[in-house]
Amino acid sequence: MSDVMTGPVISEQPVPKAKPRQVHELWRRVWKERWIYALFLPGFAYFIIFKYWPMWGVIMAFENYQPFQGVLDSQWVGLENFQRFFSDPAFWQLFRNTFILAVYNIVFFFPCTIIVALLLNELRLRWFKSAVQTLIYIPHFFSWTVVVGITYMLLTTQGGLVNELLKMVGLHQVNFLENSAWFRPLIVIQDIWKETGWGTIIFLAALAGVNVELYEAARIDGANRLQQLWHVTLPAIRGVIIVMFILRLGSFLDVGFEQIWLMLNAMNRDVGEVFDTYVYTLGLQ
Amino acid sequence: MVNERTFAGRAFDAANIVLLTLVSLATLLPFVYVVVASFSATDDIIPKSFTLSAYRYLFSTDTFVRSLGISIYITVVGTVLSLVATALSAYALSHRKLPGRRFFLLLVLFTMLFNGGMIPTYFVVKDLGMINTLWSLMIPGLISSFYLIIMKNFFLEIPEDLKEAARIDGCTELGVLFRVVLPLSLPVLAAFGLLYAVGIWNQYFNAILYINDQTKWPIQVLLQQIVVLASGGFGNAAGSADAVQVFGQGVRMAVIVVSTIPILIVYPFLQKHFAKGMLIGSVKG
Repeated sequence: MSDVMTGPVISEQPVPKAKPRQVHELWRRVWKERWIYALFLPGFAYFIIFKYWPMWGVIMAFENYQPFQGVLDSQWVGLENFQRFFSDPAFWQLFRNTFILAVYNIVFFFPCTIIVALLLNELRLRWFKSAVQTLIYIPHFFSWTVVVGITYMLLTTQGGLVNELLKMVGLHQVNFLENSAWFRPLIVIQDIWKETGWGTIIFLAALAGVNVELYEAARIDGANRLQQLWHVTLPAIRGVIIVMFILRLGSFLDVGFEQIWLMLNAMNRDVGEVFDTYVYTLGLQ
Repeated sequence: MVNERTFAGRAFDAANIVLLTLVSLATLLPFVYVVVASFSATDDIIPKSFTLSAYRYLFSTDTFVRSLGISIYITVVGTVLSLVATALSAYALSHRKLPGRRFFLLLVLFTMLFNGGMIPTYFVVKDLGMINTLWSLMIPGLISSFYLIIMKNFFLEIPEDLKEAARIDGCTELGVLFRVVLPLSLPVLAAFGLLYAVGIWNQYFNAILYINDQTKWPIQVLLQQIVVLASGGFGNAAGSADAVQVFGQGVRMAVIVVSTIPILIVYPFLQKHFAKGMLIGSVKG
């Protein structure tokens, strides 16, 4: 009863001989853990139905999809849909809008998290540090509807705080919300307001691990605080910064749907429409 | 970094404190303004004479009370469902001897990188008959792959000896889960419960995607209708702007405040856990 294949295999005969026992063994182990599988069943069903089944729907992209015919019976058209989309002038506008917002996000938002983390790290008053942290983490938990709601309440021309102040000092009112020029800055400012605090967490964790002796050595060499920051702290967290940057690039075109959708209106659609909102408008509305 | 009593060092500290105070104020003030203005009797930009009339009005309308009820309902039920499904799956995946464990883990990890996208997911939800039901706000986001992996890592840290001892004493696998693992994980379960609750309470996108029936809108959608559409004029999402044009500033501010209150209530509890939770995830992913 050799259950391991010995010598060069010429025919397939040894395999069926060995298999039943292995299968039996595996089955015995599986059966022993049946309750564990039962526990995983709801989760497994969820992942198959809501995560993997939709992936199958991607086939629609290669079809002339008709809802009443379903994915399987719709006519196969190959790359025709892609050709149409790429030659559509709307594509380049969407691409540009998405791309610019993504670049703005990296150029303006990303450095903010690093700078605030560095400032927090330099604080010596413990209570002040935790107070600031407590405050700036809060907006992360606000929904985009609330953030956009606050933006509207502050900026609307119908009695919004900023415009009333502009009027008081004798300036013209600015219609921030229905204005192409203000759309991108507002999106970036909202991003910074909502997520900067939260974004500092990972950098603060990295900063906590910097070797204190390095600072002592730098001080003995006559470095002042700014020089210590530049020559010790920043190089020490360079690795984390690079990793976070790469992760951010990974979700580069993933500009938030909710935020942009809520800020979008007829007057700023030319700069505000991105892939996600276009898909929603075209596909489902 | 300590014992720098030089003038430059102190100037650095002072500048740092001033800067971070400004950052904190910039985070805090927009929201505080909205809260204060919601209690103002007039629509002037300088709030004066305290009144509850905006809130009294809101709670006298059916639409608002119904939306609030729906949001509370889906948050409570959805959080329980999510937490149970996640904990059961995490426990199964933390079972080292489970045949096929690696495959299941890959199945979960894969969904963190790839998904079927908005339209195919919509069709799945539609095929399941969930459109216009409150299930569509709880089930499609039942398990977060990220939370699942973090929870699995936490379960892995519970000493195997403890579970083994329970098994020797005659515990079944379910017994081990309910009598050993879960009691030891209560803080983690609480933290993820809160994170799920915040996520469900804040969801807007799923609601506009899956719910067309205005009587089933959660509060975030109502907030958008009242605040954004009423201020804008050129509305975006479904619904008629005319119907909500009548609301004054105070009422709009009050809607924002009411929809953030649950977040502010759970925030102190969240804050205790999330930084740690996030770091567990980022270190061990």
